Amino acid sequence: MRVDVILEYLPLYLKAALLSAGIGLSSIVLAILIGMIASMILYYRIPFLKRIISFYVEVSRNTPLMIQLFFIYYGLPKIGIATSPLVCGIVGLSFLGGGYMCESIRGGLESISESQVESAMALGMNKKQTMRYVILPQALRASLSGLVANMIFMLKETSVLSAVSLMDLMFTAKDLIGLYYKTTEALFLLVVFYLLILTPVILLGHLAERRLTYGKMGV
Amino acid sequence: MAKWGFDLLFQGQNLSRLLEGLTLALYISAIAVVLSLVLGIILGIAQVKGHPLIRTIMRGYVHFIQIMPQLVLLFIAYFGLRAFAINLSPEMASIIVFTMWGTGEMSDLVRGAIVSMDHHQYESGLALGMSSRQVYIHVVIPQIAKRLIPLSMNLITRMIKTTSLLLMIGVVDIIKVSQQIIETNRLASPNGAFGIYLVVFMLYFISCYPISILARYLEKKWRI
Repeated sequence: MRVDVILEYLPLYLKAALLSAGIGLSSIVLAILIGMIASMILYYRIPFLKRIISFYVEVSRNTPLMIQLFFIYYGLPKIGIATSPLVCGIVGLSFLGGGYMCESIRGGLESISESQVESAMALGMNKKQTMRYVILPQALRASLSGLVANMIFMLKETSVLSAVSLMDLMFTAKDLIGLYYKTTEALFLLVVFYLLILTPVILLGHLAERRLTYGKMGV
Repeated sequence: MAKWGFDLLFQGQNLSRLLEGLTLALYISAIAVVLSLVLGIILGIAQVKGHPLIRTIMRGYVHFIQIMPQLVLLFIAYFGLRAFAINLSPEMASIIVFTMWGTGEMSDLVRGAIVSMDHHQYESGLALGMSSRQVYIHVVIPQIAKRLIPLSMNLITRMIKTTSLLLMIGVVDIIKVSQQIIETNRLASPNGAFGIYLVVFMLYFISCYPISILARYLEKKWRI
């Protein structure tokens, strides 16, 4: 392993890491939004929509991201829905993550006991207020560890994005290996950059969990 | 129908070739699953009962395996070893990576299940006059198994899904076969990509969905 080679390729990796992290983060935000809406639909058992949502959750959780991306990127243009690699990456990753986020949030929502909802109603809160002030804060706290695990999972899944010709970390590494045979340096940088992306999320997750479970009522 | 490329499936041996690609993926994950179940249980117990040094090393290993994307692990095993003149076939590299990954995940599940067992269960068994061995066979292991089986089934579906990455290190898997089919029929069926990839999508779903359903059912049934 040569240090000068590592230094030479550092900027390339930095650029790629920013792309991976950027797609990862924007997909995480979208996935949480999708998960919120989807889990609400499941929680309130809205007829018809709930069936579509449970179908979506099953499909997104039981198929690999790679296939989802291939279908979006190469399959859908044939019926007139063409996307750029970037859009395809974000859509695919959010599609995948949305299903996982939905499951986590739904678990949290269902862990809130019926008596809390009834108490809120007895206090004169309407459905919206009950959700906003009683159920949701507790549910999100309960599902926090699941949400963080999903975020880490989604950031890891960004490694697949090179399949739709996005120049992410894997793409850069493969290039260096294939074109210049700088295998050890390329792999070393790859591992380092993934650690750099993932470690802060893991640490923040621990921190948030500790803060949010502080002062939790006895269960 | 024809213009979406579903007809390609029934031309020549296309469907059986696709299924062959899927079978290879399932075969690789099956070998890895069996190996990682066995190794994972041994190493999981070692993480609880082993020498402190072994425990520390195992924790480090599990953390590394869980943090790194599986594709990175595949690259390390396939391209990395190549740099040291160890030439593995892509299939071999993927079996090794899947086993190492599965072992790490499985050992963590085993560790979690053992740690979550209340100690009083063990003590109650002893108080009832059971021998230590009897307590393990009749009290501890059944409960741990009930907790572990649904979790390890989820791991199996994750492995099956991860086989889709094998394309990236050159295994001729179901995606590679689809690409070949689409390329060959580019002129006759320009929209083939839609139909073929949809079928691949469904094939993966059909492989994973029953296992997920069973895992969820068992989890509900055995909830302690």
